[in-house]
Parts: sequence; structure tokens; C-alpha cells
Amino acid sequence: MIVNRKPLTFWERLYLPAIVGGFKVTLKHAYATLFQGKVVTMEYPEQKWAVPPDYRGAPYLVKDQEGNTKCVSCQLCEFVCPPKAIRITPPGPTGKQADRTNAEKMPAEFEINMLRCIYCGFCQEVCPEEAIFLQKDYSLVGSSREEMIYNKEKLLALGGVSPGIQKWKLKLEEAKAQESFPVKL
Amino acid sequence: MDWNFIIFSVVKIAVVIGVVQGMVSYTVLAERKISAWIQDRTGPNRTTPPFVKDIPVIGPFLIRLGVFQPLADGLKFMFKEDFTPAGVRKIYFFLAPAIAVIPAMLTVAVIPFGSTLGAQKMVIADLNVGILYTFGIVSLGVYGIVLAGYAANSKFPFLGGIRSSAQMISYEISMGLSVIPVLLIVGNLNLGEIIRWQATNGWLIIYAPVAFIIFLVASFAETNRLPFDLPEAETELVGGYHTEYGSMKFALFFLGEYSNMVASAGMMVTLFFGGWTLPFWGLDHAAGTLASGIAHILIFLLKMGVFIVLFIWVRWMFPRFRYDQLMDLGWRRFLPLALVNILVTAIILWMRA
Repeated sequence: MIVNRKPLTFWERLYLPAIVGGFKVTLKHAYATLFQGKVVTMEYPEQKWAVPPDYRGAPYLVKDQEGNTKCVSCQLCEFVCPPKAIRITPPGPTGKQADRTNAEKMPAEFEINMLRCIYCGFCQEVCPEEAIFLQKDYSLVGSSREEMIYNKEKLLALGGVSPGIQKWKLKLEEAKAQESFPVKL
Repeated sequence: MDWNFIIFSVVKIAVVIGVVQGMVSYTVLAERKISAWIQDRTGPNRTTPPFVKDIPVIGPFLIRLGVFQPLADGLKFMFKEDFTPAGVRKIYFFLAPAIAVIPAMLTVAVIPFGSTLGAQKMVIADLNVGILYTFGIVSLGVYGIVLAGYAANSKFPFLGGIRSSAQMISYEISMGLSVIPVLLIVGNLNLGEIIRWQATNGWLIIYAPVAFIIFLVASFAETNRLPFDLPEAETELVGGYHTEYGSMKFALFFLGEYSNMVASAGMMVTLFFGGWTLPFWGLDHAAGTLASGIAHILIFLLKMGVFIVLFIWVRWMFPRFRYDQLMDLGWRRFLPLALVNILVTAIILWMRA
């Protein structure tokens, strides 16, 4: 494609129209910013942006509606985690029992290194218990590396209660229903 | 030995250097603020020294205005690691920032920033060849930049240095020639005399507007400001001649650039806008009292401020000239224009004589 460039007229070659135009545009913007408050920037710590509903923030452990730990220490998330940010310490054969019925065990310790986490969401996807969710926190701060490794208590406290389904409650009701034969579901 | 003279000169030098440095740091702030306003932003508004926040109304306003930002900037530059890259030419690398700053500061020496304060003339050196001195010193400024480009031993600074030398030399000719009509009209090279002439006959912008326009454009080029900031074109040359510099050495280049700006604003005020005079309220003759002496200094600073704001404003308004356009403008437009301007002024003066 050939673009015909028109030679500049004498008036244009003086640069004067461009100079006047430049002053006009910049003055308009400066006036709008100074006196009408039309600022495109957001003053971050005071104002915060609305986090979209499908945002993938920091992963936290959640509790179910009865306040029990949902995680059953299956270690699938630990296995799937690409940067190996998750470390789960299982309770072992003599360890503590799960604090809810119908769960075999719960993690003795559950750590996520937030410096390693890449917010990919694999842990949330792989979790059979719906115990870990990527939530809306995007600004995690700490003054040391150790501080950025979040332990179970911290993750549970930050995670809150899951609004999701209670899988094991349903299973329990199903099992109870099975005790009286024929099955009525 | 005239001890009186020495003591007063030292005091004046100290005060002027202090004021110029202060102006430089606040020009940087003005640059950031004005650019922000033009680009629909807020600009620096966070720097909060202790206790200032507790001052009612004024404190938060000053913080909002970013008044303490230059202090923070300066402190940051001071405490940064002074890193010297491997492969630089050491001596020149250390020398270049100094050579960039010193001429910029020296230029201010001959500019009369006020009439008199008591018995003292408000000028550091009342030279008879003030303008010649200025041009001589200003042309030294290019060495700092060229040397920085050479010493860094890296291609982008080198290109910046080359561009700078070509640009500054070509615009210096137009700049020098543009002032000649002023000298023809006034008939004196002393900057103080030029101001006194303007006080009686009116500002020289009325007599030599073309000369002023050439001088203005040339000083944009001389101070490496946009639209002529080719030596430090960030988009083309990373950072230009100071790419390899950091911490205080980088700050010195910044200081040099902005003091150049302050100095050329001062020169423009002196040559074309009547220096410290104002044509009304009896402020156009040398001060008799202390109050009017201070008023003259404030007038001068105010006029300089207007030009500094113009410099800043223009930076955020125009795209950069291409290298060949810049040379074309310098050699084929402004040089002939300046020569014709001299000729016309000379003819008019000859006919009136």
C-alpha cells in the first residue's frame, strides 16, 4: 500500500498550529485534573479495586458449616502443586483423629509457602473434599521468608467457612438410609 | 586585598548555589506534578516526614502537593550503592558528572538576580563581557555529556554522546547569533547594563521578538529538553548518555540538566524580559531600600519560574524531533533566520542613527 504524504503547507511548516493545539490539549487536561477531579489513577491503599468473582487469589483452607476442617490429608494437592508450595504432614497411624465424623484423618500440619505459590488453582481443582479454595487476597506481605509460609491455623483462619456442599454429610445420610432395607432415596 | 569584597562574594556564591540547588529540586517536583496533571494523574502525594501530618489543614495539603518528595528523592540518591560497571573508563567515568554540573552552576555567576541589597550589587560577578562568558561556559556543558557517553564503554550512551555533541554545537551557533541583535540595540555586553537599558526603553522582547524565539528554541536544544531530547531519548537509547550511571553520579547529571534549565530561564529573563525590573510601581530602577531590593529578587525569581513552567509544559506536549529534522531545523531554518535578523536589525539601527 502506498500512502501519499502530502507536503506540509507553509503554515504547517511553521509548527505554530501544532504548538497552539498542544497547549490547548494539555491545558484542558490539566484543568480537568486540577479543578474537576477527573483523575484516571486510583490511590491504591485507600481505594481498592473490586475483585472479580472468578479471581484466583491466595489458596486457603476452608471449614465446613459446622466449623470442622474439611481437609482429609490425602495429599493430592501437594502432589499436583507445580511449584511445590504445599507441604502436608499426615497424622500417621497413631495421630489425631479427624474432628468430624466420616473422615479418616486430618492433616497434622498443612503449610503453603506463599512465596512459591503461583495461584494456578490446581489444588482447588484436584481437591476431592473441596477443602482448599483460591480466594480473593492478592496482596500478601511479610517481613521474612518464614513469615510467608502459612500454617494450618493461619490458612483455616483466613479461609473461613465454605459455602459449598457438605459431601460427607450427604454420604452419611445415604448410608443411614441404606441401613433400612429396601433403600429409599 | 579587599576583604569586604571577598566575604560578600563568598556569601553571595553560597546563597546563589543554595537557591539554585533548591530550585532544581523543586523543578523536578514541578516536572512530576505538571506532567501528572497533563496526563490525568495525581503525581507524588505520599512523602510524609514525621510530625508534619499533625499540622492541621496545611500539613495534609503540603503532603498532597508532594512538597517533601525532593527531600526523599535526594536521600534516596545519597544512600544508593555507587556502582561502577566493569569495563568503563574509570577516570572519565568519574569526571563526566562533575563536568556536566560545573558549567551549569558557573553560568549563574553573571546573571543579575536583583538590583541592590544595601550596598551590594545582586550579582556574583558583574562582568563587562557577561554574555560572552555565558556562551563560553555553556558550550563546555557538552563535554560532560560526550565524556559520559565515551567513558561508559557501551553503545547506547555512546550514541547519546554523539547525538548530544552534534545537537549542542549546531544549536549553539543559532543561539549565539540570536543574541547579537540584542547587543546591537543595547550596545553593551554587561548583563546589568542590558537590564538598565530595558528599564528605561522597555523590554527587549518588543524590539527583538525573532531573536527571542530563536533563543528560546535553541535553549530547549541546549538543555536537552523535549522536543530536542535526543541525547537521552529513552525510547531509542535506553537512557542515553547516563545509562550506565547510578546513585549520586546519575543525580549529578540530573542536577546539571536542571540547573542548565534554571540558568537559561534566568538568561531569557535577563535578555528579553527586563530582568529584575517591572515597568510599574516604581520597580524599574535600582533599589533604595531593603524591601524593594528583596522585591526585585522575588520578581526575578517569579519571572524565572514562568519560564521553567514553560520548559516543563512543553516537555509533556510535543513528540521528539527526528534527528534529521532536528539538524534541518538548526542549520537550515534557525541559522539563516538568525543571520537575516542581525542584518535587518543592523539596517534599521543604521537608518535611525
